[in-house]
Amino acid sequence: MKDAELLIIGGGPAGLCAAISAAESGARVCIVERNKSLGGQLVKQTHMFFGSEKQYASTRGIDITNILLNKLNSYNNVEILTETSVVGMFEDGVVSVVHKEDNYYKIKPKAVIVATGAYEKSLAFPNNDLPGIYGAGAVQTLMNVHGVKPGERVLMVGAGNIGLIVSYQLMQAGVEVVAILDAAPKIGGYLVHASKIRRMGVPILTSHTVKEAVGKNYLEKAIISEIDNKFQPIEGTEKEFDVDVMCISVGLTPLNEMLAMRGCQMKYVSQLSGFVPVRNENYETTVENVFAAGDATGVEEASAAMVEGYLAGICAAAKIGYRPDNFDERKNDYVKQLDDLRSGPVGKHILAGIEQIVV
Amino acid sequence: MFEKTGIPSKEMIMEKFPSIDRINKGPVAVVECYKEIPCNPCQTACKFDAIKVGEDINNIPALNSDNCTGCAICLSKCPGLAIMVVDGSKSETTVQIKIPYEFLPLPNAGDIVKGLDREGKYIADVKVINVLNPKSFDRTPIITLEADREFLYDIRNIKVVS
Repeated sequence: MKDAELLIIGGGPAGLCAAISAAESGARVCIVERNKSLGGQLVKQTHMFFGSEKQYASTRGIDITNILLNKLNSYNNVEILTETSVVGMFEDGVVSVVHKEDNYYKIKPKAVIVATGAYEKSLAFPNNDLPGIYGAGAVQTLMNVHGVKPGERVLMVGAGNIGLIVSYQLMQAGVEVVAILDAAPKIGGYLVHASKIRRMGVPILTSHTVKEAVGKNYLEKAIISEIDNKFQPIEGTEKEFDVDVMCISVGLTPLNEMLAMRGCQMKYVSQLSGFVPVRNENYETTVENVFAAGDATGVEEASAAMVEGYLAGICAAAKIGYRPDNFDERKNDYVKQLDDLRSGPVGKHILAGIEQIVV
Repeated sequence: MFEKTGIPSKEMIMEKFPSIDRINKGPVAVVECYKEIPCNPCQTACKFDAIKVGEDINNIPALNSDNCTGCAICLSKCPGLAIMVVDGSKSETTVQIKIPYEFLPLPNAGDIVKGLDREGKYIADVKVINVLNPKSFDRTPIITLEADREFLYDIRNIKVVS
């Protein structure tokens, strides 16, 4: 049994910020990350972030990773366990982990912050298992982490921020994007992103869906069709695209089964994109000393995930006895930052979701 | 339509452009941010107090064209690449247009490239006057173009043909 004070599960934007904030308060922090390195999805975000200065706006995601890691490295009370997956959270507070494939052991922390992020939703259509059909995350990983072109001609499915951003990055990598389609009648992502791609000549086809993928050993063709306001395909509106890649970017859903396993009360909230933990304003779930932050508590932009991490980190540290003198000041600052990020039309939707889970 | 296609209408574009008198006086920014999103680096980047987002970072940025010097610092700082600079002071027949451009190959000064509109359609050939790519622009180079005056409101992108 390994001893720890504050265990943070997940080393993405929320987890890293939670670790920084808790370490600054003086807690002994241990981060568990299943990948070889920290950063989560930040390491493939080559575009500049939105938000304001405090959330590193206008800095590229790839560089925010280093900013956060440098901050983290300035504390000597942080332990980082990479290539380590959490496999169980038990009612006595014990968390069991596996390092690589064979080293299984237990950790007994005083408090836990679950910052496990989200996973991509899938889309059902005939032959959606053909090679060449990827999730947007995989395309970004291939391209922006490993420098591998996923193909030559891409049909992007989904005009949310991820679909728009990945389309732009594909074009930067010299890959042709033939079109971006979305079932919704309006573009879901930020319109500045949409305009950026549109002026490169890429059509954005709203109210469209994938009818089927065609190919023998790999994707050769995509057939799409227009849909009516009940999302039913309109016959005779089919279009064909000769593509070797279809990139599916139809949204994310919170990845947090661990919280359900631990007995935290969960609730389905459509505005937050799936099942999310019921929590208090300190991001503590209904199980005492189990906190959550970032997309695991509801899908939002990474800027919000970072601030949630900072907030959960300082609150979890305070809960186990590390309450700094400037606690109120810091907490209020994080709360205000989140309010600012969520005060516009996009945030209204998120706030309507959060209202349903905060007790 | 804009929310379906990503292409702003002529009226939307005209609303964002400073007056032609101001443009003829010298370089000035055009901030094509049409929808409220939580974002304010343009305001943070401006040393001349010419772009104001305000207390609520979801506000649409407002340009004070009297304060704007057309320095183009905000072009590389806007995460949406939504800002350009136009300058009608250099000649009576042409205008200079500065745009952010994050693609390879970068053009060179003196090159003739294809000028595209907000739909990506070819409008006219334009001349590259200058390419700035200092470290402070953080990999968002700024290209200065010279175009016929009649295309002032149309040119928003380029295609570099090698």
